Amino acid sequence: MLQINNLHATVADKPILKGLSLSINAGEIHAIMGPNGAGKSTLGYVLSGRPGYEVTGGSVTFSPLPLAGGAGGGPETGTSLSGPPLTPPAGGRGMDLLELDPHERAAAGLFLGFQYPVEIPGVSNVQFLREALNAQRKARGEAPLSGGDFLKLARAQADAMGMDMEMLKRPVNVGFSGGEKKRNEMVQMGILDPKLAVLDETDSGLDIDALRVVGEGINRIMRRPDKAVLLITHYQRLLDYVQPDFVHVLADGRITRSGGPELALELEREGYRELAA
Amino acid sequence: MTIALPTRHDEEWHYAPVEVLAGLKALPEAQHILVAAGETHPVYKCVSTGSASKVDIQRYQIDIAADARCEAFFLLTGGGYKRLDIDVTLAEGAHFELGAVGIGRAEEVTEIVTRLRHVAPGATSNQVMRGVAMDTATITMIGRIDVARQAQQTDAALGVKGLLLDRTATINARPELEIYADDVKCAHGCAIGQLDEMALFYAQQRGLPMATARNLLMQAFVAEAYGAIGDAKWREHMTGYAEAALRGTF
Repeated sequence: MLQINNLHATVADKPILKGLSLSINAGEIHAIMGPNGAGKSTLGYVLSGRPGYEVTGGSVTFSPLPLAGGAGGGPETGTSLSGPPLTPPAGGRGMDLLELDPHERAAAGLFLGFQYPVEIPGVSNVQFLREALNAQRKARGEAPLSGGDFLKLARAQADAMGMDMEMLKRPVNVGFSGGEKKRNEMVQMGILDPKLAVLDETDSGLDIDALRVVGEGINRIMRRPDKAVLLITHYQRLLDYVQPDFVHVLADGRITRSGGPELALELEREGYRELAA
Repeated sequence: MTIALPTRHDEEWHYAPVEVLAGLKALPEAQHILVAAGETHPVYKCVSTGSASKVDIQRYQIDIAADARCEAFFLLTGGGYKRLDIDVTLAEGAHFELGAVGIGRAEEVTEIVTRLRHVAPGATSNQVMRGVAMDTATITMIGRIDVARQAQQTDAALGVKGLLLDRTATINARPELEIYADDVKCAHGCAIGQLDEMALFYAQQRGLPMATARNLLMQAFVAEAYGAIGDAKWREHMTGYAEAALRGTF
């Protein structure tokens, strides 16, 4: 699904990613751990195309699986996936992710869960998400969702995350607590139903109960044979709820070690210093 | 009542292109609005000259009697030189509400100038001014509030915000308060900036193309001026006109 090859990137001319390679297949959950300043958030921004994050070398190929049952697959139809075709879409080469504008990457199925979700005064969550979803659907050649259908979808996703529908009518993230913002990211992810979610420290700022709810949300929305997750985190604790298939250590702009879930425990015990070297 | 043509020495015309007034004999007369005691008077108006060579100066003199309200909402957009000039006198317990939006592109000049005279105790006012300037447009927003010595318990708020969409555009914002009473609340805020880049990226990451994302943020910005419109239908009208003006299809 995602093939990152020898990726180099700079921010304000400062090299941050220095030859990062990573391969993620459909159905897999990967966790990236690493010390502060290693380039974890930069990786999320580079993948999603944030202006100012300049790629200076390497490639990223994104090959989302075709939608099960053709176009129009919201989260409901997605569950009916029985035997997903395990080949990338026509041509089999996937797309050069770095060539696409941020909104095109989103429409192709990439979702970035922000470490610090942004406040947008004056724009309600409902309006924001409906416009976003319909822009994505338009880009994919799908019919727009009607107001009623959208509200049904939004209500279901908000309920699943234990978020009051009234909050969805309020301006995007304005006046939300840290935990509510992260919950809202998950509601958005549920509504937009991406193929690949890059979740940047979605666990930070959450209390224990909220951590469980968010973890369950990730599993519910993304734990599917045709989807994949890249979890960026500092701590092992989110991984208690979202079991990763692979754990990587990111240090000084590249992956220095990869392993199974046991690596996260080892990191928690030993710290990064020993393992990153 | 006409007044002689102003010059740049007049404080309230400091930023105005006074040369465009040369063709006028005098300033147009102010429209008088008298709001009788206890009544509420709404004003909704779009000012658009429609042509780059035209001048449109709208002057209002508003007297709000005791415990009366005037709620005035304006949109200024389109070619030429437009000026909204409002002079308000508030009696005891009166309220003045203003929401004014100026949207300028090309070489348009837009001015929103208010002068509020709190002359009696207990009057309140709330003014929201929003300017969006593109290309080489100029928008000037001047809000002056005079609070007389006897006007205790005045509660006046003035919020002025400008959005510069191009480096070549200009926004002048000047809140002015002259307060002679000692038991009053006068809040004023003034900010000029650009669209929030992080919010733009956030919206794009969720799937909105750049142009749509910018529009959404601009709409939210100007809608703040019409938030106080109590009549939902008029609020929708004014917001709709402003959105059309932002798109350039007013």
